Amino acid sequence: MKILQKLGLVVSIIGIILFTVTIFSSSYELNKSAIISHFDSDLDNIDSGDTIANSFMSAVETYTSLNSKDFHNVYTFNNALPKIIEIHNATISNLLEAEGISNKNVATIFELANGTEGVQYSEEIIRAGVQNNEVKVKLLLDNTSWMFSGQKVYANFTEFESVFNRKLPDLNSNVGSVYKLHSDGATLFHLNKSFAVSGVKSNTGLWFFLTFGLVIIGALMYNSANIKLLGPAGIKNDGIYHSSLTKRGWVAWIVLVYLVSIYLFLYFAPQYLANVVLLVDPISVLLSGNPAGQWFLYGFIYCVAMFLMAVRMYVKYRHNRYQVIRTTVVLFFQIAFAFIIPEILVRFNMPYYDFKNAWPLDYDFFFEWNLNDLLSSGSMGLFMLFWGTILTLIIVPVMVYFYGKRWYCSWVCGCGGLAETLGDPYRQNSNKSMKAWKFERWIIHGVLVFAIVMTVMTLYTFFTGANSVLWIDTYSIQRTYGLLIGSIFSGVIGTGFYPIFGNRTWCRFGCPLAAYLGLVQRFKSRFRITTNGGQCISCGNCSTYCEQGIDVRAYAQKGQNIVRSSCVGCGVCAAVCPRGVLKLENGPEANRFGNEGPIVLGNDGFEVVK
Amino acid sequence: MEKIVIIGNGISGVTVARHIRKNSDKEILIISGETEHFFSRTALMYVFMGHMRYRDIKPYEDYFWKKNRIDLKFDLVEFVDTDSKSLTMKRGNNINYDKLILAVGSKSNKFGWPGQDLKGAQGLYSYQDLQLLEENVKDAKHAVIVGGGLIGIEFAEMMLSRGIGVTLLEIGDKFWGNILPDEEELMLRKYIESHHVSLKLGTVLDELISDENGRVKAIKTKTGEVIECQIVGLTPGVSPNIDFLKSSNIETEKGIKINKYFETNIKDVYAIGDCAQFDEGVNGRKNLEQVWYTGRIMGETLAQTICGNQLAYNPGPWFNSAKFFDVEYQTYGWVFANRRDFEDHYYWQHPSKPIAMHFVWNKRTDEFMGINTFGVRLRHELFDKWLIDKVSIDVIMSNLRTANFDPEFFKVYEKDIIHGFNIQTDKKIKLKPKSWWLNLLNKGA
Repeated sequence: MKILQKLGLVVSIIGIILFTVTIFSSSYELNKSAIISHFDSDLDNIDSGDTIANSFMSAVETYTSLNSKDFHNVYTFNNALPKIIEIHNATISNLLEAEGISNKNVATIFELANGTEGVQYSEEIIRAGVQNNEVKVKLLLDNTSWMFSGQKVYANFTEFESVFNRKLPDLNSNVGSVYKLHSDGATLFHLNKSFAVSGVKSNTGLWFFLTFGLVIIGALMYNSANIKLLGPAGIKNDGIYHSSLTKRGWVAWIVLVYLVSIYLFLYFAPQYLANVVLLVDPISVLLSGNPAGQWFLYGFIYCVAMFLMAVRMYVKYRHNRYQVIRTTVVLFFQIAFAFIIPEILVRFNMPYYDFKNAWPLDYDFFFEWNLNDLLSSGSMGLFMLFWGTILTLIIVPVMVYFYGKRWYCSWVCGCGGLAETLGDPYRQNSNKSMKAWKFERWIIHGVLVFAIVMTVMTLYTFFTGANSVLWIDTYSIQRTYGLLIGSIFSGVIGTGFYPIFGNRTWCRFGCPLAAYLGLVQRFKSRFRITTNGGQCISCGNCSTYCEQGIDVRAYAQKGQNIVRSSCVGCGVCAAVCPRGVLKLENGPEANRFGNEGPIVLGNDGFEVVK
Repeated sequence: MEKIVIIGNGISGVTVARHIRKNSDKEILIISGETEHFFSRTALMYVFMGHMRYRDIKPYEDYFWKKNRIDLKFDLVEFVDTDSKSLTMKRGNNINYDKLILAVGSKSNKFGWPGQDLKGAQGLYSYQDLQLLEENVKDAKHAVIVGGGLIGIEFAEMMLSRGIGVTLLEIGDKFWGNILPDEEELMLRKYIESHHVSLKLGTVLDELISDENGRVKAIKTKTGEVIECQIVGLTPGVSPNIDFLKSSNIETEKGIKINKYFETNIKDVYAIGDCAQFDEGVNGRKNLEQVWYTGRIMGETLAQTICGNQLAYNPGPWFNSAKFFDVEYQTYGWVFANRRDFEDHYYWQHPSKPIAMHFVWNKRTDEFMGINTFGVRLRHELFDKWLIDKVSIDVIMSNLRTANFDPEFFKVYEKDIIHGFNIQTDKKIKLKPKSWWLNLLNKGA
C-alpha cells in the first residue's frame, strides 16, 4: 500500500513536470505555407486574408534579415513576434495613408476640432484634416456627418474623441485597418498556436497521456492507497501542522508560485501557453467544434483538478455522507454547467453561457456586448437573459431563505467547488482573528457596491448611449473592475493564494454575490448551525478548520448558534468536532440565534441578578 | 474595589473570572504557573497529532484579557498565608487578596512504582507534559500505557498517530470499568483492539526497567511479563493538585474541602473545579468532579455568590462526552456500570459498526433515567428537559427521530432501535415523525 501511494505520488509529479515542460517544448516555423494557412482562410478569392499574409511574410523576411533567424523557443519567438507585427503594421500604414483615414488624418482632425468654444466638427474640418483627398472626404461625409457639432451635442472634447474613435474601424474596414495586427494576448496566442512545431501538436494523444493522463492515474493511485493507509473511516487531520505543504511551509510556497504563475499567464500572457492548449484541442473540437483557447484549457484543468480532489474528499470523508453528497453535487455542477453545456451551446451557435453563474459574480452579464449577444440569439438568447435576471433577483434569495447561502456557495458554485476540493488541504490557513473579520466586512461589501455601481452605469450607458455617467467613463470602470476584481482578486489571489491565505480568500473577501447571499442569510433565512447545548469543550477544531475564518468556537462555547453572513455551510466544523456539538440545519426562524447566554446549558438555571 | 485573586487559569478559574467581570467591576487577577493564557486542556492531544497548533487551542484571543480588565500573572504560588491574606510567589513579590478562589486543577496519579521517574515515563495533563512528550517520542517504537480510561485512550491515539505501537495495561477486568456497563464496554474493547492496541485487562504494573542511560526500556507486570517500551504513559487517573496547600490553614483531604457554596474552612477562600471536594455530592453526584463541564458550571455559580447573589452549586441533569478514536460518546442522565435493581435496561448495537445506545429507566414508574450513545449524536437540550421533567421512557423512544443530532443525510437507525425495544419490553411504541425540536421543548413532550 505504501508503495502504491509513493508510486502514485511520483507518477503524478512526473505528469505535472511534463505538463510544465510542454510550455517550453515547442519550436516555431514561420514558413510560407504556415503563414498562408493562418491568415488566408479563403484560398480561392483575393481578399483581405491575402493582403495580410503577404504583408506578414515580407515582415518576417525583413525581420530575419536584420536579426538572427533563431526564434525556435517560446521565449525568443514571443520576443520576435511583436517586432515582426510592428514591421507588418508599418507596411499597412503606408497603405492606409493612401486610401483610408490614417492616424495622421485623425490627429489633424482632432487638433482642428478641439476648439476654444467647444467641439468643432464640420465638412470644413474634414477637408482640412484629409488635405482634400476626395476619396477620404466622401468616406467621412457618408459616415460621420451625424457627428457634426451642429447636430450633436458633446459634453466635452473627450466624448467627441471616443465617439469618433469608435466609428473609425467601420470607416476603415474596407480600406486597411483590418489588415493591421494587434500585439495583444489573443492575437499572439493564435499566432503561437498556428506556428508551433512540437510533439504536442504532432502527437497530441501521447502527450495528453503523458501530462493529464499521468497526473490522473497517479492521483487515483495515491488516493486509493490512502483508503487503507489513513486507517478506518473518521476524521483524518493527523500531521496537518507537521507537513510543509499544509502549514505554510516551503512546499506550500512552491505550490503558490506555480498556481499564481499559471493565472498570470492565462490572464496576461496567454501566448506562452499556446503549446499547452494544443493538448486539449481535440477535446474542444469534440465539444464545440472549435479549437481550444486558453480558457478552455483552464476549464479543463479546473474540472480535472476538481475531480481528482473530489476523489480525495471521498476517501477522507467517507464516513460523512453530507461531505460525500455535497462534493458530488458541486462536482456535477462544475463539469456539466460550467464546462460541457456552454461548449455544446456554442456548437449549436448559441451564446456560451453557464446557467448557474449569477450576477454579480457573473459581473459582465449586463455589459453591452453580452446583452447585444443575447438579444440577437433568438429565443435561447432571450431565455438566457430572462434566466440570468430571475436567477439573481428571485431564485437566489428564495433559496437562501430556505437553505442558507450554502445551497450556492458549497453545493453549486464553481469557485466554491474548487475551494472545497483542491482547497481542502488549506482550510486551516484562513485567519480567524477579529481583525480579519472587521477587514472582511469592509472589503466584501465594498466590492458589492463597486459591482452594483458599475452595473447601474453599464445599464444607463446601454439604454441612453451616453458613455459616461457623472464624468466617469463607463468602459474604464468596467475594465478596472474586470482587471482588479475579475482577474487579480478572484483568479490570481483567489486561487493562487490557497496554500497561504486559505481556500476561500475570494469567497470571503471579494465575491459580491457572497456578500449579497450573506446579507440574506444573516437577516432572513431558516439556516443556522445549531450548538448542542453545553457540550462544547473549547478544543478549537471547529474554528481551525473553518475555511471562512469564522471563530466557530466563540459561539459554541457559549451555547450560541452560528448565524453568520460568511458561513458557506461546508459542514467541516461539524465534521471535525470531537464531541458532536455542531449541526447544520434549516428550521423555523424563531430563536435562530440560540442561547442568549450567559449561562451555558447544564447549570440548572438560575436568574442572573445584576 | 474588592480584589479577587484566582489561582489557576483553566476552565473553572477563567469562567468564574469572566462571570465576575460580567456582573461587577471588581479587580480580578488570574495566576497560573502553567501557561500565560487559558488554553483548552482537552485539545492538547490535537496539538500533538498535528491537527492544531498551541495557539489554536486558546479559546480567547490574547487581547481578550486586557479588554475585559482581567489581569494575568504567570508565576507559581508557593505558600498561601490566609492570616495575612497574601500569596508567596516563586518569582515575583507577594500578592494580596480580598477573596481567593482556588481553581488549581489536578495532577496525574503516581502510585509509587519503582522507576516511575525514569526518563520516558510521564503523565498527560499539563502543557509541560505535552512538551515533554514531544521529546520522549523521539526514537520511540513502543509505548506502554498504564490505566484504561479516558486519558489512557487519548494517549494511545496520540502514540498511534506517530507510528508508535501501544500496549494498554488496565488493573480491572473492563476498559473504563467504573463507568461503562458490560455491553458497551465489550463493543469498545473490540473496537480498540481493532486499532492494533494490545489491551491487557486485569494486569498490574510492577516496575519500570531502566536502560544504562536512565531511560525506561521496558516494564514488568506483577505476573512477571516484561514488555519492551521507550515510553510509559502513566494515566491511572488524576488527583487534586493540592500539595502546595499542605502548609496552609486550608483544610484538605483528597481535595480542598468545600461546602455547597464552594466555601473552604477559611473565610473568603473558595475552591472550584477538579481540585475541590464537596462535603457531600450535590444532586446525586460524586463529591469530586473532574470534568470540563462541571468546572465551568462551578465557575458560573461561584461568580454569582462573589457578586452578591449567593447561590449553591446546583448542576442540572448529568451529562458528559468523550471520544474513543473515531467513536463519539455522549451520556445524559445516569447510566451506571453496575445495574441497580430498580432499573430496566435496553441496549442496542449496530450489527457491524461501533454504533450503540444504552437506555435506562425505572422499572416501576417507567421514568427515564439515562442514556449512553456511541456513534450517534443526540440533542442535549431535549434530554436535559426530559430528565428535568422526569418523562417516561416511552417519550424518549417515540421521539428518537427528533432527538437525533447527526449531520444531514446520515444514516439513521431509529426503526431498528425501537423495534428491538418493543420486542424486549412488549410495548408498542411508535416512532413519531421527525419534528422541529424547539417545538418539543416549548410545548412539553
